Amino acid sequence: MSAVADAHAADHHDHGPAKGIGRWLFTTNHKDIGTMYLVFSFAMFIAGGAMAMIIRAELFQPGLQMVEPAFFNQMTTMHGLVMIFGAVMPAFVGLANWMIPLMVGAPDMALPRMNNWSFWLLVTGSLILMSTLFMDGGAPNFGWTAYAPLSTTYGPDSTTFFIFSVHILGISSIMGAINVIATIINMRAPGMTLMKMPMFVWTWLITAFLLIAVLPVLAGAVTMLLMDIHFGTAFFDAAGGGDPVLYQHIFWFFGHPEVYILILPAFGIISQIIPTFSRKPLFGYTSMVYATAAIAILSFLVWSHHMFTVGLPLPGELFFMYATMIIAVPTGVKIFNWITTMFRGSISFETPMLFAIGFVVLFTVGGLSGVMLAIAPADFQYHDTYFVVAHFHYVLIPGAIYGIFASVYYWLPKWSGRMYSEALGKAHFWLSFIGLNIAFFPMHFLGLAGMPRRYADYPIQFANFNQVSTIGAFLFGASQLLLVFIVYRAVKSGPKADAKPWEGAEGLEWTVPSPAPYHTFEQPPRVD
Amino acid sequence: MSSNQSYYVPESSIWPIVGSVGMLLTFFGLSSVLVNQSNGDSTTTAWVVFTVGALVLIYMITGWLRDVIRESRAGLYDAQMDRSFRQGMSWFIFSEVAFFAALFGSLFYIRFFAVPWLGGEGAKGTANMLWEGFQAQWPLLTNPDNSQFAGPDSVIGPWGLPLLNTLILVASSITLTLSHKALKYDKRKPTIYWLAATVALGALFLFFQIEEYVEAYSHLNLTLDSGIYGSIFFLMTGFHGLHVLLGGIILFVVLMRLIKGHFSAHDHFGYEAGAWYWHFVDVVWIMLFVFVYVI
Repeated sequence: MSAVADAHAADHHDHGPAKGIGRWLFTTNHKDIGTMYLVFSFAMFIAGGAMAMIIRAELFQPGLQMVEPAFFNQMTTMHGLVMIFGAVMPAFVGLANWMIPLMVGAPDMALPRMNNWSFWLLVTGSLILMSTLFMDGGAPNFGWTAYAPLSTTYGPDSTTFFIFSVHILGISSIMGAINVIATIINMRAPGMTLMKMPMFVWTWLITAFLLIAVLPVLAGAVTMLLMDIHFGTAFFDAAGGGDPVLYQHIFWFFGHPEVYILILPAFGIISQIIPTFSRKPLFGYTSMVYATAAIAILSFLVWSHHMFTVGLPLPGELFFMYATMIIAVPTGVKIFNWITTMFRGSISFETPMLFAIGFVVLFTVGGLSGVMLAIAPADFQYHDTYFVVAHFHYVLIPGAIYGIFASVYYWLPKWSGRMYSEALGKAHFWLSFIGLNIAFFPMHFLGLAGMPRRYADYPIQFANFNQVSTIGAFLFGASQLLLVFIVYRAVKSGPKADAKPWEGAEGLEWTVPSPAPYHTFEQPPRVD
Repeated sequence: MSSNQSYYVPESSIWPIVGSVGMLLTFFGLSSVLVNQSNGDSTTTAWVVFTVGALVLIYMITGWLRDVIRESRAGLYDAQMDRSFRQGMSWFIFSEVAFFAALFGSLFYIRFFAVPWLGGEGAKGTANMLWEGFQAQWPLLTNPDNSQFAGPDSVIGPWGLPLLNTLILVASSITLTLSHKALKYDKRKPTIYWLAATVALGALFLFFQIEEYVEAYSHLNLTLDSGIYGSIFFLMTGFHGLHVLLGGIILFVVLMRLIKGHFSAHDHFGYEAGAWYWHFVDVVWIMLFVFVYVI
């Protein structure tokens, strides 16, 4: 067999990319696919951001100014779906595609054709999801959680399209996750033992496991919605012996691991960046690995903390309250380790490091409001208020999104071979940081004062905080256009970057030239 | 870990994008069929879109598999590639396990929480105020609102067709193992005969399953819309039946390849992947038999 393989290897060694559109449609190259994922997810980020701007513009004043309440509900629903399934998850898959083969010394992802299919199914699912905006009766309007009976008895026609788009996006993510696991288990260079793997690779390994474990559960939940809508079943209808709360249980059994899917890769990114710019190895690498695994395992045991007010039996309330609080322990281990890595380091504050430090500070804010929400009796007051909105935006924006921003600045020199403007990068960080806090900090107060989420209108006493929040949201939104400009300018005309542009960086990805050649590590490197 | 041989990375492939177009047409068409049907509109165009999409998907699957088989037989795959395929198939089956786990979880929740609570049991017995006099029982023959969801007259007992089907599927797992053993000793004739027997038993299982559904619909009034028992019964056995169908198609393709002379005693991952899937489907059935039919 080796004769055939060698002959093949010989004729494709020096191949660059194919020409024209076919390169992108038919590619099996992990770097091409990673780039497509990143560009597509950014486009979705802008689309989802535009929906957020509509929401915040309407909420600038009490009363109805800009949009109908029905359309407002479509915006909150689609904003959540687009950001989660279209922006954050694909961005992480794009980073995994680009970086995991480079970090473990593999020539490509383990299953390259399936990799391409994962990406194009993401586009397929997103097209169906976005097309619902233009249908009679409008897009889904029941919140991204699609609770029955809002989505069954009272859902618009487009719910059916939404259900199938979730199926397709789920298939795409599962295939992507299988590819990541196969690559990490099977494609590591000789000497790259599991406990030598970079933290980004570790966190993605665990994330991929979560994806494969819970996306089929979501598929089951939305399939039952479909059956209730079109085939007369009674899964979520108590008149036939079913239970709407059953939907919530299945959904959140998916949904809680899902929120860790949205954050664990960012934990990995931060664990790469903080050591680089502190010029010290990561403190407590082993405990970081175990903490990540512990968070993943606990994520399966806490789903009902999203449902404290549905009338759970008392033992249920207690179990899910305590189980949720335990998550603060491994998360605390991580935050302690990041801070300890910085302690007495020789720190410099390039843009990736700024975003990483912003992550540590603001994610902790979101984590602490999470502990407040975990307290079942207190949650009866916070539930479905803007306090919850503040909480999960504090973990998702300075968590997931800052992780992605940090990684873009950190690895852009490797991807494009060029440096971004440090001054503009810092401006992007500070504008985002200020905008984000102005937008979301007041929501804590609004929530504690009793303002419910998902309404287009509100009583006048909430007006001041809402106006502040809207101003902050527009500042945050506008500053993301700066990111487009920074990346565009860097790629077009930025100064050339070295193979290792960051003095303190470690890892295989910095041993290949910048930009990384089309094919890397066709012969595996040795890791000592 | 890697040998010094380079890993086979195909240059490019049209199949993923063809498959994506197929998925788009199939599911857009299917959604339109369902929505138009509910609204009483014409479904002709939607059916055409769906059919075209399904044909594109079939074209994609056959073309993609043909490429993979050709590469495999040309010797382009090394031991590391083989391990990637094994990883891929194992985790795919794991995702299927997760899917069925969600269905079993739903069944248990309905049986042990939702229905008893509706019947007034425990701290959540207030739910009973909605339909006074509702009696919790399992299988649920009288629904809380029997005018909206007319309950079934009775349900399928375990000791007739379901028991027969259990024996059939267990037997098919045994014949499959015999076939696999024969392949490992390079005895091709018994390999083919035992595998053909496995596929035949799978087809027989599906035949009896359809028989059972006909019985349920025509005599027992046990239907998808006869309340929660019918809902969960058809959901679980129906999805299992679809998996038997898929597993049977996989094994049939493997059988055709065996007849053409593919696979060797030490190199037959395509065969093994099909076998893994078949055993998985078998295990799910035994769980179904115990928890849906018997208990």
